[in-house]
Amino acid sequence: MSTPVTRRKPPRVGDQPLFRRALIGIVLVLGAFLILAPLIIIGVEAFAKGWQVYRDTITHPDTRHAIMLTVLAALVAVPINTAFGVAAAWAITKFDFRGKRFLLVVIEIPFSVSPIVAGVAYLFVYGLQGIFGPVLDEYGIKILFAIPGIILASMFVTAPFVARELIPLMQAQGRDLEEAATSLGASGWRTFFSVTLPNIKWALLYGVVLCNARVMGEFGAVSVVSGNIRGQTNTLPLHIELLYHDYQAAGAFASASILALIAVFTIIAKVALERQGAGRVRRPALAANPAEKTS
Amino acid sequence: MNRFLVLGTALVAPLAALFVTPALAQQPNKLLNASYDVARELFVAENEAFTKLNPGVTIDQSHAGTSKQARSIVEGLEADVVTFNQSTDVDFLAKNGFVSKDWTKAFPNNASPFYSFPSFLVRAGNPKNIKDWADLARDDVHAVFPNPKTSGNARYTYLAAYAWAKEAYKGDEEKIEAYITKIFDNVPVFDTGGRAATTTFVERETGDVLITFEAETRGIAKQYGADKVQAVTPSVSLLAEFPVAVVDKVAKKHGTEALAKSYLDFLYSEEGQRIAAQFGHRVNNEKIAAEFKGQFPEIRLVKVDDVFGGWQKIQSEHFASGGTLDKLYGSR
Repeated sequence: MSTPVTRRKPPRVGDQPLFRRALIGIVLVLGAFLILAPLIIIGVEAFAKGWQVYRDTITHPDTRHAIMLTVLAALVAVPINTAFGVAAAWAITKFDFRGKRFLLVVIEIPFSVSPIVAGVAYLFVYGLQGIFGPVLDEYGIKILFAIPGIILASMFVTAPFVARELIPLMQAQGRDLEEAATSLGASGWRTFFSVTLPNIKWALLYGVVLCNARVMGEFGAVSVVSGNIRGQTNTLPLHIELLYHDYQAAGAFASASILALIAVFTIIAKVALERQGAGRVRRPALAANPAEKTS
Repeated sequence: MNRFLVLGTALVAPLAALFVTPALAQQPNKLLNASYDVARELFVAENEAFTKLNPGVTIDQSHAGTSKQARSIVEGLEADVVTFNQSTDVDFLAKNGFVSKDWTKAFPNNASPFYSFPSFLVRAGNPKNIKDWADLARDDVHAVFPNPKTSGNARYTYLAAYAWAKEAYKGDEEKIEAYITKIFDNVPVFDTGGRAATTTFVERETGDVLITFEAETRGIAKQYGADKVQAVTPSVSLLAEFPVAVVDKVAKKHGTEALAKSYLDFLYSEEGQRIAAQFGHRVNNEKIAAEFKGQFPEIRLVKVDDVFGGWQKIQSEHFASGGTLDKLYGSR
């Protein structure tokens, strides 16, 4: 505050060193208590009964099946939701049509609805007492209390992730490049793969990573439609709950440590992706079309 | 367009495969047992013994709260048998035509192969000298049990305390209600479920006595160590049955009616009863009951039908909104 001439920006909240330190301190303390401590506890509790119990839990057929099922759900749900997200973001940002705002709202719904509501809604649609349930039952098609139901519920909950990542970026990038490509005679697919995709790939990967993490961790919606059959429809989060309720704390935490590991890898992947490109792509695009910001 | 086709097939093919395979996997030598949430280990042991006697048979297990299980079955969860801890949830299945109306007569003892009752778990050495239901209303005693509004376990606790008070105060409603209110007032925290209440009592060391099924106290003592907690059996409690039934509608579809019946019969056999007793449940088989005499102190059990006139009456008088539970719990 001594020589205002040398300072270009006006003073802002948080400029005083003491205040800044206090803010950083609060964030660190809260972070330690809210996030770090539980993570450490998972690790400690997982090995509380020793390495042997940990290994037995992880290699138990039911745990292994839960891990496989969770991975399978992600393998199916993530690609479909990625395709859906890209298509939705492409349609919303590159074209004008009636009902565009409505489509935006529809994409947002899973964010605002509690997962358990989604699960119950699936019961009412595909359950035996529901709309399609009796017909499906007649043809021997099982959706609820089987793997398809788990995948559907996971897909519902994670539908917005990719689209929400892409829409702001694609809006900022505008449509000039696509219009240029089209006017030079490129087909729709060519335009997408050669022009749009390279521009959005980091944000897309980021969306996929988030979507994947959420699919693997989803509990509420899946809990309603899974039927909790051990070794068949128990996903990893459901398996953890079951072990915990059964006074198998060490087993529950051992399984939880696997989910936590996945989460940590996800975060590392996310940070790496951000370093790699997310920022870098955005900048030249904006620099090339500064006017696009208004669209 | 080619690329689109490839992409589309790649996405749809695995999904289509998933939809089709489960439908093919129905065999008459396979049962799905829908059970309550804390019965996992018990049925691991029971199923192992049963499949040893019946080679080639597979028993799959589904575990969750039994109200949720009943709803799932009605919505299409294809369980061949149910082994629940609430008879009202089997009644729900009977009402919807999944279980025969007279299911309580299909197997001995009201279709309940084993039983338990709300009992006490106190800190090692019983420092507050808690012996019976009367002690729960003492000023210096804080009982821990889940919220009776959300937990079936706690409803049993509430009813058992009520049943004791009904005898002790000779039906004087005012005194009974004052007693229940006193217990509620002394509960430090109402958790939503039995598992959370256990955590409150054992790990957070809150309260002086945990009230839960006697069968559960065994698992708790095993998990946390007998040097920390000890079981206390009150003089009287309320019989809690664990009803079983064949889900006729599903078993007929799968062609597993005979297997389902023999599976539930096995729970009544000597071997099945011994396993149940090993997991803390009381059994009716006299030989096995004698074997485990040391583990199970004497207790007088009263029945829901005798004290309260059946579950339906309890539902309308006690648990319906505005009922006795609301009145007493609300005064807190």
